Amino acid sequence: MGEVKVGRKSVVLSPSPHLARRLNAQRVARYTMLLATTMSVIVTVGIVASLFPTAVRTMITIGSQIIGISWAPLFEPPEYGILPLFTGTIFIVAIAMLVAVPVGLAAAIFLSDYATFNLRRVVKPILEILAGIPTVVLGLFGLYVINPLYVEKYWPIGEPLAYSALGAGFVTGILIVPIIASVADDALSAVPRAMREAAYALGATRREVASKVVFNAGLSGVVAALILAFARAFGETTIALMVAGSFPKFTANPGDPMMSLSAFIGFAGIGDAEVGSNAYNTIFLIGAILFLITLIFNIVGNRIIARYREAYE
Amino acid sequence: MSQTISLKGRLSLRRTLIDGAFRFFLYLSIFISLGMIFWIVSSLWNEAGWLLSWDLLTKYPSYDIDNAGFQSPLVGSLWVVGIATLVALPTGLLTALYLEEFAGKGNKFSRLIELNIQNLAGVPAVVFGLIGLAFIVRGFVKWGFTVGSAAAVIAMLMLPVIIIVSREAIRAVPPSYREGALALGATPWQAVWRLVLPSAIPGTATGSILAVSRAIGESAPLLLLGALSFVTFNPTGLDSPFTIMPLTIFKYASDSREEFQILASAGSLILMTVLFILNLIAIILRDIATRKRNV
Amino acid sequence: MSNDLQTAPSHTEFVDNNQGSAAQMNEVKSGPRIIDPVFTLEDVSVSYGKYVAVTDVNLQIPSNDITAFIGPSGCGKSTLIRTLNRTNDLIPGASVAGKVMYHDADLYDSKASAVEIRRRIGMVFQKPNPFPKSIYENVAFGPKVNGRPKKSELDAIVEKSLRGAALWDEVKDRLGASALGLSGGQQQRLCIARSLAVQPEVILMDEPCSALDPIATLRIEELMMELKKEYTIVIVTHNMQQAARVSTYTAYFVTEVNPLGDLRTGKLVEYDETKKIFSTPSDPRTEAYVTGKMG
Repeated sequence: MGEVKVGRKSVVLSPSPHLARRLNAQRVARYTMLLATTMSVIVTVGIVASLFPTAVRTMITIGSQIIGISWAPLFEPPEYGILPLFTGTIFIVAIAMLVAVPVGLAAAIFLSDYATFNLRRVVKPILEILAGIPTVVLGLFGLYVINPLYVEKYWPIGEPLAYSALGAGFVTGILIVPIIASVADDALSAVPRAMREAAYALGATRREVASKVVFNAGLSGVVAALILAFARAFGETTIALMVAGSFPKFTANPGDPMMSLSAFIGFAGIGDAEVGSNAYNTIFLIGAILFLITLIFNIVGNRIIARYREAYE
Repeated sequence: MSQTISLKGRLSLRRTLIDGAFRFFLYLSIFISLGMIFWIVSSLWNEAGWLLSWDLLTKYPSYDIDNAGFQSPLVGSLWVVGIATLVALPTGLLTALYLEEFAGKGNKFSRLIELNIQNLAGVPAVVFGLIGLAFIVRGFVKWGFTVGSAAAVIAMLMLPVIIIVSREAIRAVPPSYREGALALGATPWQAVWRLVLPSAIPGTATGSILAVSRAIGESAPLLLLGALSFVTFNPTGLDSPFTIMPLTIFKYASDSREEFQILASAGSLILMTVLFILNLIAIILRDIATRKRNV
Repeated sequence: MSNDLQTAPSHTEFVDNNQGSAAQMNEVKSGPRIIDPVFTLEDVSVSYGKYVAVTDVNLQIPSNDITAFIGPSGCGKSTLIRTLNRTNDLIPGASVAGKVMYHDADLYDSKASAVEIRRRIGMVFQKPNPFPKSIYENVAFGPKVNGRPKKSELDAIVEKSLRGAALWDEVKDRLGASALGLSGGQQQRLCIARSLAVQPEVILMDEPCSALDPIATLRIEELMMELKKEYTIVIVTHNMQQAARVSTYTAYFVTEVNPLGDLRTGKLVEYDETKKIFSTPSDPRTEAYVTGKMG
């Protein structure tokens, strides 16, 4: 194949000195950005490296004692039955979900299908303010208001005490309402308008469109919202510690004090735990358990969200 | 005679009732959310509103309610979150720029980093306290219970949030800006630095302020860093001992005597005021940002 | 409308006398023989991943003239124009096979810098994309990223470019005002002025009038006629009348559907002088298109 006849004018397209300098600046910027990007990896590696060696060593020492109903690692003789921490956590999270799911989902449906543009602009910041209330303030509210004025007075079972899983669950519920509302709203708002219009054209009312068509179409995102909220409640420390107390009681009465997994870390970690002490070892063990469980929920939740985004984009 | 058609609603009574009840339930849920804020703030106010005065900001923590204030925790919170922001904001912004503009979508590396950031954002806050305890307080950094250690932990906590909000802000910049700049012979970095970044600033600022306000309210990780103590002096540097607002409140709250409850509530009111102002700024900024985009 | 159809294109007249040998002429499989072309495309195919957007393109584009790419949607004409200044590089997975020569240089040579290429070969996009800056800063953007001009030089460049784009008189009193406040047609002329400010040799226009009203379109067309005295212009257009009005050469593309899959691929059918394309096309498909029987 012969040479094609091309233009006679000669041009040089390699970078001029000025452009070479600019490309160098770009290279420096690129490396700086890459360095910044590795920081987040370093943090993750740091978390794993700090938790797991101690956690695994502790787990090996404890062995099968971990299946037990008495958790008292800081006492002599220490007891390592972890079940009370799990029941404590599950009670608090379950109550929180019971409170937050109806309110949060209703708020999401309201935002996606009922609210006018202007109403949305008012309601969204309200939810953000609710999301911005520090957990210590919520804890205070549980401790000073919910526990003494409601749980102690009206809960019929058992003896009234200053701390209760019920109060902690309720307050944690307030914490996760905005999470459910905003993630579920994103999912419902992502449902294509054509689907709504098709349903309206068949004579469906707004409620039927919102609760049947849109809600079903956005269901996976709604589920993701619940999973992420669940993970958030599961790891919440301060509220559990302040409102449910620091007694790892193995009980089925939600009006009783209980201790959650995360609350134990807060509780045992306050006292400047010495490296190698039982307190130090057990908080890393519980930390590793907490990390793994929330990680699983977060991965599942984020996966579901990524999938519905792909479907609608 | 022409036929008359009625367009009046002819839904069955049952359907109308259910629709009405459903609508009522939705409005109720919004009202409940709003009511929660009001309930929380009003009970704090009833408890400690009378105590609020500028003195509370100048006095230091004390067991004597007449001499108690929140200066050192307020200054401590400012130090910790301020330094953490100085570290996390540029790091997060650069990461976001890299992922959105340079890493290339969909390749293995960026997918891995993305997954990592997403999951890091979901790690319970208290776990960040554990890495701080193992590696920064003790371990090889050995900074002890100081402002520096706390700032490092809070910076790690803020990092994924800032990356996520910055990425969203960068993604919202129209690609036509980039195309336009490149068509004029700008390098990709020049297009990013001169055009994409300035356009992403309002969105990033909004998200970052929300991240900062969350960091100010954060208590759990610093429980493990010795912040739950009475510190009656302001920090002076990275190696100072410190306390922060949320944990001073926590400390007062764990005392059963009534005056401490009042102090805790008063501290909460101060903290909420600070956060409310930050939120307000964020909301206003976002309003400006969206209005700019709609022009 | 036809005043330039009558002007005989000066590029083809002495081909044989100058350089033409039979062997060389055979290499260019399609289109008129052009002396000293700005672009020479040889067997060019552009793909996005597995999807081949346009294939087997051979053509030469003359200098200081207007060449139009026409054809139905999906025929690859936009893809092709974007390969002429390597704007396609920005799309992940895009790849170019064959040779794209700019004068005597290969645009896709590993030593060629895409940034340098885009500076010399400007582009105006389908939708006006002024930057969210002042009118002045929009025009000054290119010179600023390409060097550090003095304020006085910059003022002169801005004025010259705005005059070149026939916008100066309309905006000279409000250079500091936001470019986003201009009308669509003014915005597009601003984008042209912005390209002129970096002194390109070629201006590529990707459906520059498709977002404009007829009057604004007419002004842009007049401007193009003016600009071709100094610049080489390649325009992609959906509008056949526009191609007939402004261009000297026209390339007609079609979409071929792959019988195996439903993949569509663009193909160059005919490339010739515009007056020939619109009067006596040699391919029946071209005739069907320009007489409105299809597409």
